[in-house]
Amino acid sequence: MNNLLEAHAVSKNFGDFTALNKVSISVPKGSIFGLLGPNGAGKTTLIRIINQITMPDEGQVILDGEPLQAHHIRDIGYLPEERGLYKSMKVGEQAMYLARLKGLSKSEAKTRLKYWFERLEIGDWWDKKIQELSKGMAQKIQFIVTVLHEPKLLIFDEPFSGFDPINANLIKDEILRLRDDGATVIFSTHRMESVEELCDQIALIHESNKILDGKLIDIKKQFKTNTFEIGIRTSNSSLLEKELSQEFKVSPANFKTLGDALTLNVKLSENDLPNDLLSYLTSKGEVSHFVELIPSANDIFIQAVKNN
Amino acid sequence: MNHLSLIIEREYLTKVKNKSFIVMTILSPIIMIALIAVVAYLSQINNNKERTISILDESGILKSSFTDTESIKYNILENISLEDAKKNVNENEEYGLLYIENFNNINEIGEHIKFYSEDSPSLTLMSDLESKLEKKLTDLKLEFEGVDIEKIKASRIRVNIAQESFIGEKTSKIDSVVKLIFGGLAGYLLFMFIIIYGNMIMRSVIEEKTSRIIEIIISSVKPIQLMLGKIIGTSLAGITQFVIWIILGGVLMTLVSFVFGIDFAQSSTGQQELLNQAMQNPDVNMEIQNVITAFYNLPITNLIVAFILFFIGGYLLYSSLYAAIGAAVDNETDTQQFLLPILMPLILAVYIGIFTVIEDPHGTVSTVFSFIPLTSPVVMLMRIPFGVPIWQQILSLSLLIGTFIFTVWFAAKIYRVGILMYGKKPTYKELLKWIKY
Repeated sequence: MNNLLEAHAVSKNFGDFTALNKVSISVPKGSIFGLLGPNGAGKTTLIRIINQITMPDEGQVILDGEPLQAHHIRDIGYLPEERGLYKSMKVGEQAMYLARLKGLSKSEAKTRLKYWFERLEIGDWWDKKIQELSKGMAQKIQFIVTVLHEPKLLIFDEPFSGFDPINANLIKDEILRLRDDGATVIFSTHRMESVEELCDQIALIHESNKILDGKLIDIKKQFKTNTFEIGIRTSNSSLLEKELSQEFKVSPANFKTLGDALTLNVKLSENDLPNDLLSYLTSKGEVSHFVELIPSANDIFIQAVKNN
Repeated sequence: MNHLSLIIEREYLTKVKNKSFIVMTILSPIIMIALIAVVAYLSQINNNKERTISILDESGILKSSFTDTESIKYNILENISLEDAKKNVNENEEYGLLYIENFNNINEIGEHIKFYSEDSPSLTLMSDLESKLEKKLTDLKLEFEGVDIEKIKASRIRVNIAQESFIGEKTSKIDSVVKLIFGGLAGYLLFMFIIIYGNMIMRSVIEEKTSRIIEIIISSVKPIQLMLGKIIGTSLAGITQFVIWIILGGVLMTLVSFVFGIDFAQSSTGQQELLNQAMQNPDVNMEIQNVITAFYNLPITNLIVAFILFFIGGYLLYSSLYAAIGAAVDNETDTQQFLLPILMPLILAVYIGIFTVIEDPHGTVSTVFSFIPLTSPVVMLMRIPFGVPIWQQILSLSLLIGTFIFTVWFAAKIYRVGILMYGKKPTYKELLKWIKY
């Protein structure tokens, strides 16, 4: 079994509104899976179905080879986007309560909490009340109780919101470390740069339908436009630009150069080879820049959503 | 199921450790007792003030019927004109002057008695005077007509209809009063409990929503477990509070009456005297005996078992509705619209209990409402002291449990959807739609 989680044609309606329409995803073991989509696309509904908070109307979810059952709650750690804590409870009490709800024994919960509190440098918060903490501080505690019971599957919905860059980095490193220790991570966010950094696989949901999924690299290949950024120093820039635009699709490029080099984006047609372009350019002048444009996750997101 | 006990534990502990809860628990009985003590103390001062009433009896036949008591001193005036008497009374700052004019006819004497005073006299005092005068004048009149008063007294017959049911249970009028008190107390207790702790549950659900912890919690537990845990935990906290109130209230009451010598029973004028008189009267002594036997005659076991069952059933029924309301809204101000339909049957039940059960505990209205689940806990608890056939109790209880299961299911549905809905206040139509989700 290579996939930790599989959703097969999951549908969910709220009255007349379709929140999910036959969405299937497969999350490989040990991967970080990016669940992307615009606001209101149905991501949270899918995550709630995986967490057994809502039941699907159709389709089924397989976790580690078994259809979802009540006991799977212990195998999942979920950090929801809308998250808070009991305001009037003490940090330690509250963390203990949430840990025990996940099935940890009292002593076990205490040991692990102490370990994590030290690890995230919040050891002296144990007796503080939640209302004394800042938002970022509360987020750390929520993160800890999400991962504390060492679940096989971790689901993070916008995990970095509310963190300053230093703490966001700290949490990112923890997520990567948890992945390396064998956990599988589903990661839902609008921050494409963190998708770029973290995700191996992604699925894109738009208006209740899955419109894209697979390995991030494969998707990038699929979305590549055969466009190259070039920078060249030549005696007659305008002549070269004219010659190039007769042959290829040319548009102004968007990068900085030293000096007065001609910078362009050149889109090759399917039959053209990059090497031919390069040798053509070298014959015309001094090539300072030659890079294939790889679509960013952001570009892919916007393009895929627009095309639908 | 382990989750349920964890949730109950948390709900209970956070409620009990909450500062305002602790303050309320300790302060309420203190304030109550202090209030009662102040009232009792004040009325005692009021009573202790000795009043002097002057009596100018020109007929000379009525003055013998006034003997001084602890609070009233009678001052019999002789050989003085009415004007002088008035002046005297006013100057001596006495309470008032009773003036009895002389006529040949006893009827006429009775019609022309007057009371002069600075302020309008107290009602109890007036009726006390009137009854004294009436009695004396009646006796005199009877004597005048040549009737032997002793014979009349001897021939007076008291009738006290002994009530007995067909299966031989003895009852009496006093019985009914005792039953009424017990039933009313039980029903009212349930009513108060539902309102106080139902609101507490509702607030605690709203708190989980506004603090946004709810989604973290229900990824670990089922919503229905959370809801039941909340209801049970809060109820236990409520019972704790009630028990503390009763114990603390009792202790304080004894303490206050011991230290300050305030007699709580003696709270209004004349009652004590009346009671003292009554104690000496063998008839009334009998009545007190009746009260005691009436108490023992109550179907105690039935009462206790029914109280526990109907209390739990009724409380759970209403509190699950409160929980559902809490889940449906975002803040407390939005709850009004949904609270009204819940409070209506509850208040209706108390009114029916007070008015129709007293009138006829087994009449159609009280019987019907003791079956309808939303009113049955209160009405049935009020009826039971009067003896309700077991089959009726079982039927009513089954209906209650059936409805309770349905409401919990219904509330859980609304709860499950509602706790994840933020932003807008739902309409009734939307609530119905949620059930299908």
